[in-house]
Amino acid sequence: MRLDDLYRRVIMDHYKNPRNMGEIEGGAVTVHLNNPSCGDKIQLQLKVEDGKIQAARFKGEGCSISLASASMMTDAIKGKDLDESLRMAEQFSLMMQGEDVEFEYEDLEALSGVNKFPARIKCATLAWNALKKGVVESKYRK
Amino acid sequence: MNALEIRKQFPILEQEINGHPLVYLDSAASSQKPVSVIEAIKRYYEHDHANVHRGVHTLGARATDAYEGAREKVARFLNARSPQEIIFTRGTTTAINLVAMGYARTHLKEGDEIVITPMEHHSNLIPWQQAAKATGATLKYIPLQPDGTIALADVEKQITANTKLVAITHVSNVLGTINPIKDIARIAHKHGALLLVDGAQSTPHMKIDVQELDCDFFALSGHKMCGPTGIGVLYGKREWLEAMEPVEFGGEMIDHVDLYESTWKELPWKFEGGTPIIAGAVGLGAAIDFLQEIGLDQIEQHEKKLTQYALERLGEIEGIRIYGPTEERGGLVTFNLGDLHPHDVATVLDAEGVAIRAGHHCCQPLMRWLNVTATARASFYLYNTEEDIDRLAEALIKTKEYFGHALG
Repeated sequence: MRLDDLYRRVIMDHYKNPRNMGEIEGGAVTVHLNNPSCGDKIQLQLKVEDGKIQAARFKGEGCSISLASASMMTDAIKGKDLDESLRMAEQFSLMMQGEDVEFEYEDLEALSGVNKFPARIKCATLAWNALKKGVVESKYRK
Repeated sequence: MNALEIRKQFPILEQEINGHPLVYLDSAASSQKPVSVIEAIKRYYEHDHANVHRGVHTLGARATDAYEGAREKVARFLNARSPQEIIFTRGTTTAINLVAMGYARTHLKEGDEIVITPMEHHSNLIPWQQAAKATGATLKYIPLQPDGTIALADVEKQITANTKLVAITHVSNVLGTINPIKDIARIAHKHGALLLVDGAQSTPHMKIDVQELDCDFFALSGHKMCGPTGIGVLYGKREWLEAMEPVEFGGEMIDHVDLYESTWKELPWKFEGGTPIIAGAVGLGAAIDFLQEIGLDQIEQHEKKLTQYALERLGEIEGIRIYGPTEERGGLVTFNLGDLHPHDVATVLDAEGVAIRAGHHCCQPLMRWLNVTATARASFYLYNTEEDIDRLAEALIKTKEYFGHALG
């Protein structure tokens, strides 16, 4: 077990300088999700137009892995169709199970090391589970 | 008491984690088990197992003796008046729920009050929330002092003539606060209220005398006191247990069964529907023997020294924030390290072979009171040494360095 496999530089960069942190004013779908095992929480907002995610912002409390994952995810899904973002969430799950996955948004691949730290997988998937919830709500809203 | 010698009786502690000798500092979540407990369970299954209270055959009698013998051991350990006041449960949670379901829900009504504190574990909080909702009773909180203790003046204020039940932890699993149970019992009884004590964090570490504490109910878990998981105890004063209805119905707990009506066995069996956790009770009995042989007073003294040492060593680390009272506290230290999330701290510590707990410790309201989402916690037991605490302190300094570097 090597800590550097988990805490890669790009992860620490997202943790230190999270992208898309904050709130969207008006017209966004807002979802909240908790990680009941540790008390971490996230608020994710999606602004969807014509089935495409125009903007995604988050705020929350969490560890480096959960915040970095949320930061990367909100960047990665920008401009994507809702269904495409769901496919990315599936790909992310597969990566957490140890499968080799490539992302157009390459930073995400840095999180592949989380697979070797089973206790931390929930941290990494919190934002993605919020995304799944947000997509369902966005579709329902139409 | 020689912790190094005691440690040798815990096979699990003699292993390496991530290339380092294991330092186990999570006993408040669950303690490890000595050989004598593991052997007692093995011996029971290899020689004495059958179902209890029914077999005419020899093994049925041996199993019943083993199970009821464990109950007598628990009764003596807690200084209960009789083994009939000892109900075996799955753990503290089940024990508290039994009182919430079997007593609070049947005896409380609108206008009555249940008084608890914000430092309760979820298992001594949610059962009362639910009971209050179901009965229309009001749930009230004794506020905490800035150092995480409670003031008797506030206890006096919150407990009124309408209070029917007070439920409080003996020792906080986060703050380490030791609550003044005898005083609280006196105040509760003055108003005719019953007192339930959550003893999950006290029973493993100090001598418990339920008659001296004068509590009406006392709940504990076997697995935090060197016993197996899946076994716990509800102690109750006989008159309250008699007044309670069973919560689980079925085999083992009945006296007479008709097509439309049934009657229950006497105490304690009316609360033990179904085949009980026999091997668990045997294991708990062995754990009690083990603890008593060393002596609860010795264990308490040992942990007091360790805690004092930990407060000193950890206090030297720049940026650390330690929660809870500085004196008169249980054997654990809860803290945060700078802005680091406790998950990240615990992961680096684990890489160093040091096992601590990180999270909300089943105390979300208390975390909000502390104004944090989560904390890290190192908790001590009879097998821990000052060297373990040195390893913890060194690993924490490494954690700071690691993230200091990684965060640039």
